[in-house]
Amino acid sequence: MSQTPSRSWRAILSTATDKIEKPIELLIKACGLSSIVLVAAIFFFVFWYAAPLLPKIDWFGHDGFFTSTNWHAKEREGATYGVLAMIVGNFAVAAVAMIIAIPLGLAAAVYISEFAGPRAKEWFKVSIEILAAIPSIVWGFIAITMIGPLLIKYAGATMGANLLNGGIVLGLMSVPLIVSLAEDSLRAVPDSFREAAMALGANRWEIVYRVLFPAARSGLMAACMLGVGRAIGETMAVLLATGNKNQIPTSFTDPITTLTATIASEMGDAEAGSPHSQSLFTIGLLLLVITCAINLTANLFIRGNKRKSAA
Amino acid sequence: MPDSNPFSPSPYELNKESRATLAEWTTFSISVALLIPVALILTMIAIKAAPAISWPYLTGDVSRSGAAGGIWGPLMGTFYLTMLCLVIVAPIGVLAGIYINEYAPDNKFTRSIMVAVTSLAGVPSIVHALFGLGAFVATMGMPKGLLTAAMTLSVMTLPVIITSTREALSGVPKNFREACWNLGASRWQTIRTIVLPNSFGGILTGVILVIARAAGETAPIMFMGAVMWLRIAPSGPERLMPYGLNDEFMALSNHLNLISKDIPGMPEEMKFGSALVLLTLILFINGIASLVRLHLRRRKRW
Amino acid sequence: MSPDSSMQPTHLEFRDLSVWYGQSKALDEITFSVPRHSVIGIVGPANSGKSTLLKTINRTLEFIDIAKTGGDVLVDGQNVKSIRNVYSLRRRIGMVFPLPVGLPMSVYDNVAYAPRRMGIHDKAQLDELVENCLRDSVLWDEVKDRLDLLGTKLSGGQQQRLTLARALSLEPEILCLDEFSIAIDPVTTMKIEEVLMRLKERMTIVLVTNLTQQARRMADAVAFINASQLIEWGPTEQLFNNPGKELTGRYLNGEFG
Repeated sequence: MSQTPSRSWRAILSTATDKIEKPIELLIKACGLSSIVLVAAIFFFVFWYAAPLLPKIDWFGHDGFFTSTNWHAKEREGATYGVLAMIVGNFAVAAVAMIIAIPLGLAAAVYISEFAGPRAKEWFKVSIEILAAIPSIVWGFIAITMIGPLLIKYAGATMGANLLNGGIVLGLMSVPLIVSLAEDSLRAVPDSFREAAMALGANRWEIVYRVLFPAARSGLMAACMLGVGRAIGETMAVLLATGNKNQIPTSFTDPITTLTATIASEMGDAEAGSPHSQSLFTIGLLLLVITCAINLTANLFIRGNKRKSAA
Repeated sequence: MPDSNPFSPSPYELNKESRATLAEWTTFSISVALLIPVALILTMIAIKAAPAISWPYLTGDVSRSGAAGGIWGPLMGTFYLTMLCLVIVAPIGVLAGIYINEYAPDNKFTRSIMVAVTSLAGVPSIVHALFGLGAFVATMGMPKGLLTAAMTLSVMTLPVIITSTREALSGVPKNFREACWNLGASRWQTIRTIVLPNSFGGILTGVILVIARAAGETAPIMFMGAVMWLRIAPSGPERLMPYGLNDEFMALSNHLNLISKDIPGMPEEMKFGSALVLLTLILFINGIASLVRLHLRRRKRW
Repeated sequence: MSPDSSMQPTHLEFRDLSVWYGQSKALDEITFSVPRHSVIGIVGPANSGKSTLLKTINRTLEFIDIAKTGGDVLVDGQNVKSIRNVYSLRRRIGMVFPLPVGLPMSVYDNVAYAPRRMGIHDKAQLDELVENCLRDSVLWDEVKDRLDLLGTKLSGGQQQRLTLARALSLEPEILCLDEFSIAIDPVTTMKIEEVLMRLKERMTIVLVTNLTQQARRMADAVAFINASQLIEWGPTEQLFNNPGKELTGRYLNGEFG
């Protein structure tokens, strides 16, 4: 069977351009797959350099990893690896941060997404972006040079670097993340929900708390969880702001330490391959597991939310 | 007494209305209250840094542990670190984003990969520092220095670039792709002619923001060869390119970290000066991203 | 007049074609053939599988991950499954789907898109091609002075005709039209129908339509698909005047659908 007579160009050019794209596609695939591998490699390497110590660690005993505050990882003889104070410190400072950041962040998100006019919205968004751009070390710097002296003066703290200071700074740092994620999930609620509620006589506030909050609940929860995740993983600001003292806090003005700050302050002195270094990798592994668990849960929440609003 | 106007609000409705107004004002005040301390802090930093900021400060050598002189070395270090990171992570991250959005089959496996990638964007930067030490220095035997530090930053920012690239790509409607496929365009032709031109701005914004983040990071580089002081050639091309790929280096963020601690005789304006320079640098990069986004919104094509 | 279709060799053939979307069957063992230079009308109620049928011809069904096919589609006697360069297949087949899609580029670039992908960059050649395609899709007069307008900024009906123009730019041997007139006013529709009747000399046309009268006006043969199954197919007048199945007659007379 013969082809219909066609214009000459079609006969000549069927696959001319297809030759260049093979290498490009190969490159794209290579990058895609290798970055997935790389991402998995994080777990592997952090685990690998903690591994030699893992069987030797006493996890729940008298000087246990999870049950004691005795962190003497540098000792050559009789080293103990209790990180309880760091875990408590980490969660305490994250809790203070969330007490500040969640109400403020959600309120700002509600204002920006539901009440603000277009111009105000633009202004607030830009400001929130500036807030988000300030690097961790500058926050730490702000904590010790500005917030610390205020706490000594007005909160009766003996040292500027303490739990409260860390909480305040972390709270301010987490706000932009919470605002933008919460705003996203409020915006993801279809306008038809708002219109339906309005048609039933609901005013703007009723729409927010009767319609939007329930509809965007999982997204809002994810926003808060990611805020917590960020607060727990934060390093430099916490290192400078909390005083780096290995103790369980009894008041807001006690200096504390965290898992992250311990790694940051000790890794520089730890000899490569020594039990000390391995113990810091063990802390890293713990951090990795905690933050990944939090983020994974939050991202599953967000995905669930997206699927619901898409349906 | 019955109201003559059937549309006038009942007391219940009036109460409801006042609650709505209250809510609006509360959320507004909170939003403003959030920004006031930040504005104050930024202003304070600027004021306290003012005495230090000068051309000799920006271009002078660090001396007496940062208590005197300038910040030329750290500034150059941050510049090259950021550029290296950009060169490494931008192509890989963008191509990986293209792979996940355009090539990988849309199935459970791909979606779980994506959730994993997104979750890794939240891994603490200090853990990435450990990864860099373990993978690049201990396993691959590379020296601590500019390159390994940039590689560590790249691994840290990779998930972020992948996520933002993917978001930008998925903003291009599926219809456009299908129309091209129906015209006999291959996947790559479709990507090159329709998908990329219409998502380029979004991808670029993501890359710029990540670079801003990398420029401010301290934790991943502090064990990877960032040091307090290095001798820098007083003139010549080596003044502009003070560090080799495998050399130790100074960086602004690490510099600020080191001089923030109580060092006796450290003048305040030296600390605030480097904080202000770092902050300005990062806000400047962010500003570029905002401009790109603004430009994009102006010329929306569908 | 067009050549007598009964004398023409088979151009497009479906053999026991079945398609599943996951568990549900979208097409059930469809078998019929289309002679060269003819217009086949495919009619049937919504969701009966007509659009799916078109997607099997240029293998764009492969982009739907859950779709599975059985049976064969033959273009010019060649099984489309066995064509290694699927893009060359797609370039031989013009597709117009009901949803109008103007690509986010100028009207000119929209029409020149496919030729350029095939390597034509000669300005004069492209100019001529673009004009011809836009004339054939009855869009030329409306856009000739603003060819640099964004395709996405045209009205729905214009975008629909732009889609048609793009499909024609391939100079396809088979042109598949799925409800092409859905967003177009009746006068323009009639004009396009006239053009299509002329184009028949150069290509085979597969016309999926809800408008039975449109099929009657244009098609040489009609296939009636209902609930995934091919109920009946045959020459147009025979099907309309003397249907073999009662269901066919009822549908073509507008009694259900």
